[in-house]
Amino acid sequence: MNRPRLLTRRTFFRGVAAGGLLPLAGCDLGSDSPRVLSLLDEAESLTQAVQRALLQSRDALAPEYNAGAISAYFKPNGSTDPDDPDYVAARRTNFADWKLEVGGLVERPIALSLSDLRALPSRSQVTRHDCVEGWSCVGQWKGAKLSAILDAAGLKPKARLIAFFCADTLEQTLDGTGRYYETIDLVDAYHPQTILAYEMNYAPLKVEHGAPLRLRVERQLGYKMAKYVMRIEAIDGFRHLGRGRGGFWEDRGYAWYAGI
Amino acid sequence: MASISSAPAAPRAVPQVVLRHSALVRICHWMNALCFLILLMSGLQIFNAHPSLSWGQTSDFDNPFFSLSANENDNGSVTGVTTLFGHAFDTTGVLGASRAADGEMDERGFPSWATLPSYQDLATGRRWHFFFGWLLVLNGLVYVTNLFAGRHIRDFLPTLHDFRTIPRAVLDHARLRFPKGEEARHYNVLQKLAYLSVIIAFPILILAGLTMSPAMDATFPLLPAIFHGRQSARTIHFALAAFLVAFVIVHLVMVLVSGVFNNIRSMITGRYRIPEEAP
Repeated sequence: MNRPRLLTRRTFFRGVAAGGLLPLAGCDLGSDSPRVLSLLDEAESLTQAVQRALLQSRDALAPEYNAGAISAYFKPNGSTDPDDPDYVAARRTNFADWKLEVGGLVERPIALSLSDLRALPSRSQVTRHDCVEGWSCVGQWKGAKLSAILDAAGLKPKARLIAFFCADTLEQTLDGTGRYYETIDLVDAYHPQTILAYEMNYAPLKVEHGAPLRLRVERQLGYKMAKYVMRIEAIDGFRHLGRGRGGFWEDRGYAWYAGI
Repeated sequence: MASISSAPAAPRAVPQVVLRHSALVRICHWMNALCFLILLMSGLQIFNAHPSLSWGQTSDFDNPFFSLSANENDNGSVTGVTTLFGHAFDTTGVLGASRAADGEMDERGFPSWATLPSYQDLATGRRWHFFFGWLLVLNGLVYVTNLFAGRHIRDFLPTLHDFRTIPRAVLDHARLRFPKGEEARHYNVLQKLAYLSVIIAFPILILAGLTMSPAMDATFPLLPAIFHGRQSARTIHFALAAFLVAFVIVHLVMVLVSGVFNNIRSMITGRYRIPEEAP
């Protein structure tokens, strides 16, 4: 009786190691293969379809909190101090002469100053900001409702998406694809909580958080919420933008739908 | 005993082989094992993007109750530090700082051999995680449907009598003495409790994972309320994953010490030889 028991005891640690994780260790299972990655992408389409089409009503609101829940420290991420010349110049005058351009597939291209934006229908909300990295902060945001801006310009029937072009270059590239941009669909563009925020935590939006204007898309992760928004365009597809995946981080492998 | 040839068809001489696991359960088991391994390793990749845990709705950047970090020393060497409830431990080489493929000691939550991909790549880790997350959920739905439709859940529910046998079962397991004969035809109390805890842990772990999704929280505001906030949900997701790792280690040890060939065969072909009672 004792002999097999002893043998087993002696070998089981080696057995667990050999039979368990080691064969996979250091193996990437084709993580750099475009075919593997596009297969894995199928799950992202499924996630989007289920979250958007099956579970969620168009206007379901992200949870909102009272002012007491606002985080003492809100982590600034991505660009925090853009050095692109046009932005630096506009910042010097505290964005007094700066204007948001609205164009693309719209009936009436317009340009809106900060005071124009402040005069539009607005919304104030205390929401949780969820970063793709895993952390969360709660902050208050106030801004012009994106739906009001789009209605002022009038979307053409062909418009399917809204693109946001930003002032910051997050990665230096030769072809200019390091400039930040984002795209959202019309469901999110017309969502009541989707605003272009000029105020954070009851004060004018700071440069580190995206002054003069930052997009808030509260049902998605932080990388969708473009900072330093300079120009928005209604478009019918994003293949021609950047590297063709619909946003700066999307071009670098992240999902276009960032609801999870 | 020696007169076996003169006693025709003596039943005791034939080893009793039973069908222990149905084909469906066997397929679900191996599918679950594959999914769990990929989810664990891609999950550690995702964790490494923010290698600390907080409680509540938001992150505590200054004093998280658990964190993996690295310190660069004056002589240029790098030390990995694991912090738990304010106590710091030197875990260089494994947690906080470990060697990459090029041999460099890098700041890294979990080491490259434990993550998928092995190099730092949050975007790809997320793709693996959500693809196999879907597989795990669909596989789990098949398993749980069968579990209740076939009333197999009864196999895992301990009886009052079972609870009284816990001390004895613990003692027997510690001595590596396992049930034989009639007793080996059903799960003992420790097996029931272990498997039941896994059946309960998986749905909670999945719900905690979904609570990290801002779209899910907008759809089901109850989710963040149940888990006491998104960062708590992240912590619970991590803790339950750690619990399942502990289960798998104990499970594999038990497979090895209680008749490894018989056990593995029963999960591949379904056939399990009932260990004979000592004469």
